[in-house]
Amino acid sequence: MALQGAFIEHEAMLRRLGAECFEVRQASDWGRPKDGLILPGGESTVQRRLLEDLGLFGAVRRDILAGLPVLGTCAGMILLSQTHLATMHMRVRRNAYGRQLGSFRTGNRVEGIGGDVPMTFIRAPYIEETLSPECRPLARVDGHIVAAREGKQMATAFHPELDGDTRIHEAFLQLVSE
Amino acid sequence: MNNERQQLNRQLAQMLKGGVIMDVTTPEQARIAEEAGACAVMALERIPADIRAAGGVSRMSDPKMIRGIQEAVSIPVMAKCRIGHIAEAQILQAIEIDYIDESEVLSPADNIHHIDKTRFDVPFVCGAKNLGEALRRIAEGATMIRTKGEPGTGDVVQAVSHMRLMQSEIRRLSAMSVDELYEAAKQLQAPYELVRWVHDNGRLPVVNFAAGGVATPADAALMMQLGAEGVFVGSGIFKSGNPAKRAAAIVKAVTNWQDAKMLAELSEDLGEAMVGINEQEIELLMAERGK
Repeated sequence: MALQGAFIEHEAMLRRLGAECFEVRQASDWGRPKDGLILPGGESTVQRRLLEDLGLFGAVRRDILAGLPVLGTCAGMILLSQTHLATMHMRVRRNAYGRQLGSFRTGNRVEGIGGDVPMTFIRAPYIEETLSPECRPLARVDGHIVAAREGKQMATAFHPELDGDTRIHEAFLQLVSE
Repeated sequence: MNNERQQLNRQLAQMLKGGVIMDVTTPEQARIAEEAGACAVMALERIPADIRAAGGVSRMSDPKMIRGIQEAVSIPVMAKCRIGHIAEAQILQAIEIDYIDESEVLSPADNIHHIDKTRFDVPFVCGAKNLGEALRRIAEGATMIRTKGEPGTGDVVQAVSHMRLMQSEIRRLSAMSVDELYEAAKQLQAPYELVRWVHDNGRLPVVNFAAGGVATPADAALMMQLGAEGVFVGSGIFKSGNPAKRAAAIVKAVTNWQDAKMLAELSEDLGEAMVGINEQEIELLMAERGK
């Protein structure tokens, strides 16, 4: 989804792993055949507004609910939560770490992926609460949930596209190919 | 500022890409901007067109006014300090601003030195007219660059010249052989390491936005075609007839800058654009401040 934010970084990651991708900037792009969707980081207010104004919101929601695999990072995770697309059963807190001075980098274990996954948080959200057993927390930092999976949907509060580590994207491609 | 902080600050700028940063002077304008799809707002007491009209010394905005805007919106809030005004920058850092614009729009506080931005934790964006200026600002710690353009004029010509020049200088560096880079660094008056980085990667090491004179969706699309990664719109929005509609149209134009048909629709019925002044008609060239 190339409406606003750091989508080029995700494209670079996918190409590095040998996956093809294309940019969705308007409703006519959505009709192209695809096996998965990435909702990138950026500003969720902007992306939400553009999803609606460009006539993408309903179609994207419908396809995710019908099983289209999706990876949402940061703003993308916010879009998957209850206040927006509401395809993942989770309540997300925006700007949970405050302003830019609160941005930080750390590393931790992610379930199903392994230890020491680098995690870059930029004015990041975290998951306050998962609202269904289907929505499973995958990682925590300081007690807060920072990654989750529900069916074919994955969400991270951090930015796997900004670090050299490809494991999150590999896991997503695995999910797509299953 | 340690390397990690520098990296995080560059990465915040990456998140703003493909977006529009709008000048606002009140919490109400900030809310209109956020609602219209701004990816950040620049809080300032007077927009550049009014600074031009008022004349006199123009300074950092009242921190109380900036705080009012921080409370009004959830998107990043930026604010300007004068070139070289270390204390104004420290004050903006103290109120946890998301980005400081060390800006030629305000009256310079130092005619020789820019702020040593590596000493701050808060990120800085700086204006540049060419590659040398951009790399000097990055060497000083700027984590985002914008063209200077000619602020407050509604005339895009300078932003176009600056962006074109920067891009062509980058292309020229990329084509050079490695042993020519020492001389290139000398001519650009920029550190060799940064010149080498641009040569190897074919772009600036930080995000590069267009700014200064953008007034219409077509202006924004033009700047994106010339290689901008997003745009600042200063006076262009709240000096126009229908700010909310114009702001939303510019946001969509930045996403769909390649689609002329959509741009045509977006350009319809926007009401009056800011009146604008030609570059030849102005006496004060803000872009000449701080090289």
